[in-house]
Amino acid sequence: MKHLRQLEDQSVYILREAYKNFDNLAMLWSMGKDSTVLLWLARKAFFGHVPFPLLHVDTSYKIPAMIEYRDRLAAEWRLNLVVGQNKEALAAGMNHEKGRVTCCTALKTMGLKNLVAEKGYTGIILGVRADEEGTRAKERYFSPRDKHGDWDFRDQPPELWDQFKTAFPPGTHIRIHPLLDWTEINIWEYIKLENIPFIDLYLDKGTGMRYRSLGCAPCTFPIKSTAKTVDEIIEELRHTNVAERSGRAQDEGRGMELLRKDGYM
Amino acid sequence: MTTKTQAETVTKPSETMQIVIVGHVDHGKSTLLGRLYADTGSLPEGKIEKVQAICRQQGKEFEYAFLFDAFLEEQEQGITIDTARTFFIWNSRQYIIIDAPGHKEFLKNMVSGAARAEAALLLIDALEGVKEQSRKHGYLLSMLGVKQVTVVVNKMDLVSYRQDVFAGIEKEYREFLSQFKVVPAQVIPVSAKFGENIATRSTRMPWYKGPTVLDALGLFKKETASTEQALRFPVQDVYKFDARRIIAGRITAGHVKVGDRLVFSPSNKTAVVQTIEAFNIEPSPTEARAGQSVGVTLDEQIFIERGEIASRRDDIPLVSSTLRANLFWLGQTPLARGRKYLLRLATQEVDCEVAAIHRIVDTADLGHQEGGQTVGKNQVAEVTFRTKAPIAFDLSSISEITGRFVVVDEYDIAGGGIITELVRDEQEFLRDEARKRDFAWIKGEVGIEARAQHYGHRAAIVLLTGGEHTGKSFLARKLESLLVAEGRHAYLLDGENLRRGLDADMGETDATETARRYGEVARLLIDTGLIVISTTNPFGQAYRQALPSIRTLVNPAPVIAVHMSKADEELPPNTDLHFAGPKNFDEAAKQIIEELKRKGVLAQAVGVRPTFQYSI
Ligand SMILES: Nc1nc2c(ncn2[C@@H]2O[C@H](COP(=O)(O)OP(=O)(O)O)[C@@H](O)[C@H]2O)c(=O)[nH]1
Repeated sequence: MKHLRQLEDQSVYILREAYKNFDNLAMLWSMGKDSTVLLWLARKAFFGHVPFPLLHVDTSYKIPAMIEYRDRLAAEWRLNLVVGQNKEALAAGMNHEKGRVTCCTALKTMGLKNLVAEKGYTGIILGVRADEEGTRAKERYFSPRDKHGDWDFRDQPPELWDQFKTAFPPGTHIRIHPLLDWTEINIWEYIKLENIPFIDLYLDKGTGMRYRSLGCAPCTFPIKSTAKTVDEIIEELRHTNVAERSGRAQDEGRGMELLRKDGYM
Repeated sequence: MTTKTQAETVTKPSETMQIVIVGHVDHGKSTLLGRLYADTGSLPEGKIEKVQAICRQQGKEFEYAFLFDAFLEEQEQGITIDTARTFFIWNSRQYIIIDAPGHKEFLKNMVSGAARAEAALLLIDALEGVKEQSRKHGYLLSMLGVKQVTVVVNKMDLVSYRQDVFAGIEKEYREFLSQFKVVPAQVIPVSAKFGENIATRSTRMPWYKGPTVLDALGLFKKETASTEQALRFPVQDVYKFDARRIIAGRITAGHVKVGDRLVFSPSNKTAVVQTIEAFNIEPSPTEARAGQSVGVTLDEQIFIERGEIASRRDDIPLVSSTLRANLFWLGQTPLARGRKYLLRLATQEVDCEVAAIHRIVDTADLGHQEGGQTVGKNQVAEVTFRTKAPIAFDLSSISEITGRFVVVDEYDIAGGGIITELVRDEQEFLRDEARKRDFAWIKGEVGIEARAQHYGHRAAIVLLTGGEHTGKSFLARKLESLLVAEGRHAYLLDGENLRRGLDADMGETDATETARRYGEVARLLIDTGLIVISTTNPFGQAYRQALPSIRTLVNPAPVIAVHMSKADEELPPNTDLHFAGPKNFDEAAKQIIEELKRKGVLAQAVGVRPTFQYSI
């Protein structure tokens, strides 16, 4: 429990730095376990309030239960929910059959970029964790994105002690990653410790299957698992050597590397 | 040699520890990391096979170093580009390993990685021996505050696992580290490539009796934030989301309890902790300690801002506008004397400039070189900084976190420093007077907050500076009339009136004492809630010398400094507005009123309750 509190203290510090230093700040919320923990940490940091909007980039292909859950918590926690969608791409019939990377780029990356451009956000908080996959391990807590939303991972500014990059030229924005040091197990341990409401798609409800990572319905597949409680999930994770995102089709090959350079979450 | 230790033994981690791997380029950091993961069964299933397949495809030999190279570009260049973080669990501890590349160009990544590490593994190639980067990294680790260092002498296979080669390197490097009082936790001979002394004990080096690298990780002690030290609680922000006014921040040293009296530096305000606020924690905590991000409410509505450091009264931080530090510079543009930078220390941010570059430290032999006008990229130097306004800090030997800072050049953090010395500035004496006076200040029943509510504005001082016949008095009068006509409580403090009254006992003009008395009178008037309007007339041409004293004595009230001149000239430090030979005094007065609004002194409209939060 002590290690969870240490992680919490650091994330809360980062969230408060973000809130203090960015006038036009927003947090991405995909309703998955990570961004929901992030949302909970914001409530911790600001004593029950969430003083910035929550963005959901809706691809229209999300699992319906996720949307129900989103609207329920938004009402209960009095959240300022902003839903964005790349309507043009959808109208033009974009879907995963056009290619996964193409679809993700259009509906998620472009959806987010459009939303950022439209609302003029200068700081975006995301629930990215370093242990998810390789490119995310290279992130800073405060990571600049250029005018096109692209990420120059080769030349990142230094990050020293608890001093983060909070100044940036006009037209660029900063991605803020308070969960960088958390692992998948930590997320579940914390959900348990704080009793955070989560979508039950993460649990096996008798089919011997559950989701380990949630994305769009066509590109996310449940894994074989009999974990019916948070404790059982933690127990299962303790013994698995299978990558968390193995149920996510976009990670195959060089998918993630290409996506993230262009500004994918 | 690979021993695939069963992943099944992995247990739930009870603690995390951040480790950085540093060393000269090509001395084997990535290989060591890959090996450590492979030999402890910590890689995701299929990872080795996947990387082996890529290697086959690209027609090159498999390297353990490739396991963590997420970007294909990197594999092409063969250099790990950025500080990657990876995780593994061993013996109920979860390690976050930061792989910091050693290529010269990438020192900033090494520094970024090491700055958040609790312990370090420093690699030295047995064949190449101690190189410049091996020394530089060792030195920087100590500057960055990494106290636990284990030295790993790698590629022992290339020197036939000879004990004398190892002993020579060990001796040389220990001597180097001892110059800045670092004692390595362990010095271990290994071959990362062949897994000797990584996860399992080597049979090729029977002469070595110490721990393996994996054992050494377990031997690193978990540093707990010091709760015994003097309290330091830098204010990160002040929240008023609901009825509570919460002072938020992270305690950097010591501990705090409900009922403790806090002193905020540099404003010298004090109040008692009423509650410690927390979300989803029942019952509410009554104590908090170093490392925790907390929020407290105070018994009095004092106005404090981000940047101040709360402490106990008998152990307050230092306050000065001058400090000496050891600094490392990472910026593309060299650090230059006289150039303006932003200094960030804990949550304080202040404009600063380099007053002196005493010397450049040669990290290869710790020799010194006379300092010049600049500090180049990747250099370490001893430097004196002067900040635009006084800040609170500690010596880094006393309180680490409030004893270090970063320097921002334009948009990026370009350097970091640890404070080695307080340089007493000329204000020290008056600052001490002001502090003692503020601590003992006897208040009436009407607080500052109540007064501000009643008046519809906060107290402040408008200070008109400039040479003779520049229109200061005229503008001051105009401003007073305008403000009073608007319903504000403003008062023109004319130094001439002090000279004939309060200062009548002073024979020969004593400029220092005149300034002190002037400052104290202004302080009293500010305490009554007035907007004091004053000019530097009583100081004649010597007004520039009097300004810092006045500022020190009225601290922390907002000062709106307005400079007037006949032509363009150098402005006194911290000038807010400048009028060169104004013709239109009404317009000038209006601009000052706008500035008062901008600084949060005046609410936007008369009668509206001010909502801003600033000191006093
Ligand atoms: N012979 C030998 N070669 C090694 C050993 N460790 C690393 N190397 C090689 O040294 C080179 C540089 O290693 P790498 O881990 O990339 O170094 P880094 O730049 O410090 O990360 C690679 O070609 C490795 O195969 C070792 O123990 N023995």
